[in-house]
Amino acid sequence: MSRAGYDDVVVTAPVTLSYVRYSIHGAHWFLAGALAELLQRAGLGKGEIDGLCVSSFTLAPDTAVGLTQHLGLTLRWLDHIPMGGASGILALRRAARAVQCGDADAVACVAGDTNHTDSFRLNLATFSEFARDAVYPYGSGGANTSFAFLTAHYIRSYGAAREDFGKLCIAQRANAVKFPHALIRKPLTLDDYLTARLIAEPLRLFDCVMPCAGADAFLVLRRGKAEALGLSYARILSTIERHNAFRDDPIQYRGGWALDRDELYGQAGVGPQDIDVLATYDDYPVISLMQMEDLGFCDKGEGPDFVRRNTFTVNGSFPVNTSGGQLSVGQAGAAGGFLGLVEVIRQLTGQALGGAVADPRVGLVSGFGMINYDRGLCSGAAILAASGGPA
Amino acid sequence: MSDPVLAQLVANLGTGRIRVVDLTQTLSPDFPQIVLPPEMGQAWPFRIDEASRYDERGPAWYWNNFSCSEHTGTHFDAPIHWISGRHLPDASTDTIPAGHFIAPACVIDCSKEAAADADFLLTVVVLHKWERRHGRIPRGSWVLMRTDWSKRSDPVAYQNLDETGQHTPGPDTDAVRFLVKERDVLGFGSEAIGTDAGQAYHLKPPYPCHYYMHGSGRYGLQCLTNLDLLPATGAVVIAAPLKIRDGSGSPLRALALVPSPAEAPSRRPKKAAKKRTWKQRR
Amino acid sequence: MTRPLVRPPRKNPIVRTRMPTLPPAGRSRVALGLTAAAARGRFELQVCRDCGTVQYPPRESCCSCLSRRLDWRPQDGTGDLLSETTLWHSNELFYRERVPWRLGMVRLDCGPVVVAHLHGDCDAAPSRVRVRAALDRAGQAALIALPEKDAPNMADDRQLREMTCNPKFRKVLITDAKTPLGQAMVETIVAADADLVWAGYSEPWKKTHGFDRLTALPQVSLLPLDLTNSRAVKDAAGEIGGRVDILINTADYHRNYGIAARNGLEAARAEMDVNYFGLLRLAQEFAPAMRGRGADGQSSAVAWVNLLSIFALSNFPPHGTYSASKAAALSLAQCLRAELSPAGVRVINVFPGPIDDEWNQLIPPPKIAPARLASDIVEALRGGAEDIYPGDIAQEWLARWRDNPKTLERELAAATR
Repeated sequence: MSRAGYDDVVVTAPVTLSYVRYSIHGAHWFLAGALAELLQRAGLGKGEIDGLCVSSFTLAPDTAVGLTQHLGLTLRWLDHIPMGGASGILALRRAARAVQCGDADAVACVAGDTNHTDSFRLNLATFSEFARDAVYPYGSGGANTSFAFLTAHYIRSYGAAREDFGKLCIAQRANAVKFPHALIRKPLTLDDYLTARLIAEPLRLFDCVMPCAGADAFLVLRRGKAEALGLSYARILSTIERHNAFRDDPIQYRGGWALDRDELYGQAGVGPQDIDVLATYDDYPVISLMQMEDLGFCDKGEGPDFVRRNTFTVNGSFPVNTSGGQLSVGQAGAAGGFLGLVEVIRQLTGQALGGAVADPRVGLVSGFGMINYDRGLCSGAAILAASGGPA
Repeated sequence: MSDPVLAQLVANLGTGRIRVVDLTQTLSPDFPQIVLPPEMGQAWPFRIDEASRYDERGPAWYWNNFSCSEHTGTHFDAPIHWISGRHLPDASTDTIPAGHFIAPACVIDCSKEAAADADFLLTVVVLHKWERRHGRIPRGSWVLMRTDWSKRSDPVAYQNLDETGQHTPGPDTDAVRFLVKERDVLGFGSEAIGTDAGQAYHLKPPYPCHYYMHGSGRYGLQCLTNLDLLPATGAVVIAAPLKIRDGSGSPLRALALVPSPAEAPSRRPKKAAKKRTWKQRR
Repeated sequence: MTRPLVRPPRKNPIVRTRMPTLPPAGRSRVALGLTAAAARGRFELQVCRDCGTVQYPPRESCCSCLSRRLDWRPQDGTGDLLSETTLWHSNELFYRERVPWRLGMVRLDCGPVVVAHLHGDCDAAPSRVRVRAALDRAGQAALIALPEKDAPNMADDRQLREMTCNPKFRKVLITDAKTPLGQAMVETIVAADADLVWAGYSEPWKKTHGFDRLTALPQVSLLPLDLTNSRAVKDAAGEIGGRVDILINTADYHRNYGIAARNGLEAARAEMDVNYFGLLRLAQEFAPAMRGRGADGQSSAVAWVNLLSIFALSNFPPHGTYSASKAAALSLAQCLRAELSPAGVRVINVFPGPIDDEWNQLIPPPKIAPARLASDIVEALRGGAEDIYPGDIAQEWLARWRDNPKTLERELAAATR
């Protein structure tokens, strides 16, 4: 049985609030800011939003419900998706179906987190039971250790060189230099990258994202309503989602996209060669390579070769993370899961804030995250098309 | 007009005509305690714990709680302490007549002999020799065996234990029987850890000083000190144990009143005209 | 190749003493099963009773068949090192102070993949390793991957040392060095390369065979210490407390009475005064300084050992009041463990069966020889356990107690009839 398509459900009004390293405000402040800007861009009043999807790690003790009262919203559809780097794709999937079957007409998807000097430490303590029991006692608060293992394994298995990862990071930094909201906009050289401070071998400073505060948002509507509002939009061609894929792999070298990519492209009616702009979830460069392989841009293990054969800046042979990715923009908690999606919407609707890809028709957004123990459990992807693009 | 006899005592104490000599070792956890075979019930050594010291346990005061045996440190033995005295009347610390707690004392100097032989036994021969010099031992006196054992400040030397047990000086059987039957003394006092010699287990009967003294309703004093500051006769000892119900003894403050300058007790004592014995004093 | 430990230089008295920090200590209740086994020196994982799948991380239900019937079973820990890293940065103070720190990802032969500390002698991935569970400085179980075969000076590995309490180059107080066990303890600890051993003794007028021999050892320093005398304990702590790295409380007052066998309280009180209150006095006087020195360089304060008895778990009626005093001491030792754990100082409780000494004369063998017990204690210090049960009797009674404490109670009561 094949899954239903998305008819004429579209995404519009991409919003990114300026990221800051630290803030004394709560998550609500950033979420409200993103929502307000979204409404302003969409030309909608607050009362015209009847659905809300929230992604945040620093909302506690509030949940999405508390947020409705905090922000003064009355809704007939509500969801809370605190799933890290997969939040954007998952929010899109939930919201699109709600709009598609009429459970809601206008769903605002908002992701945001604050960052205090102790936020990282405190969030970790309640992140996952397996991490608390079996990873943190060994010294890496956070995912560095798990990804050092994956990266070392990947390097050994496929002959990747650190320069391959460096090339991605440098390209993304070049993209970020033009992106006004990026936290890190100083150009990165290969020497900087290779000699940076060791974090967890083989990972060095520029392999790791910088936690920060910020928010991103987008709006899900029917096409008719978007056109009536005079909004440029992107169409949803297909989406996939998977949790805990390949759970018997002793160490993660592939993600759920490998299981579901045929369905992704099949439902969209396009192939990898048709993708004009890609957003990977880049918490660490090795994961970007993994997504490129598992999303069919090259074979498994060919990631290093693919990197060497391509360039990834906005004007390159294969634009990836055109706003700079998390590695340069920063990771505003769950907003990191929206960052790529919002940027691809901007590129497809001709609203790029930084460098613009030349006439993109189709974009692919990938989501990944939730390092519960030793691997990222969530994977997801969406193929979006510019409004004039393929049906 | 009040009776001047005690006023004179007080006045003499004030002028130093009568000196007070402290016969008591300091009660502290370091003071050795008698050692019994491990299978037997042990006598507690002195132990002391603060209850508060001007602190959160008691802001304006300092006080301690302590524990010990009835036979810890300088202490008094009552007749009920020994099996031979268990049926005697007025034999526990609370029933001994209070008048018995103040009595004259005869000090028998065995310090040279004890220095030469830790197992030295005081004999009747030595007592006769003493009496030839100092006169007959009066009824109702304490007989105190001076050995300078109290000058052994190292607890190991004070205990003087080896594989055959304890080696400390004391009286032999005949000396004790003589003091009880022929001299009607109040009791026997010693500087060592027991009134009996350390090896008295092997005498017949074992521990003759305890056996005969307590068996005839008399008392003991142990771990005395400063006997070398007392005259051979003429001192008056104040030794009053705590009034413990059914007590077999207690640590106490043993004091001696000593005339000063000390009179040479060279005369034989005159025959006393009083008919009442010391035991009848109240 | 691990470099052998070198005697540390003398401490500079002007420099501030580093305060103890701990690895993250939080664990879920199921994960504490790993700690419970590591406390006894074992590596155990949950095994599904219905499908046999071995689980890690610890959990409430089988990851294969959803069965909730999971049993903790010993594992041999052999496996493949899949990948490794060296931490150079950590947000955890403990690790921040100790980087670089080697970590590995191991696939155990029994199935699960584990994150573990990686011993310096392990070859780079891919290689074969042996995973062990030991208590870390926070007192929680952590896994460490050791090389497939023992290597020279393995115990001196910097990371392994953070999970052990090795007496090498440390200063040790043995509270009662006069008893047969106490004497054996002095000799064994000296042989384990301790720098200085204070041999505690009380009642100097009671000569004990063999005690004088100890004073000839150059590492040994006699220390008057009577655990029934609060002042003496305080004075001893004032004199040496700031230097004690390992405290081994061997003081043991042992009589052979139940309730009816002895009139009066004197013997039972003496047992409590030494075995229970003695521990309390020691803990009040010596624990504070040890708490402050939990991270004081290579020869830091690291362990407190209590000589309890298997009788502490379940009363042995012929030695009933003694058993009760040991039970009281056990409870207090648990309190002490909680109070010392923030400093990373491990409380090791030793539950031997009857020791082959005079107070166990009438107990038939097997009895544990003092020398053997002393060496078991040193092994516990070198390992990662905190509760040890030396000797055959202790092992058997422990197994019965864990199986069902009530049946052990009945079996021990039968000894009275």
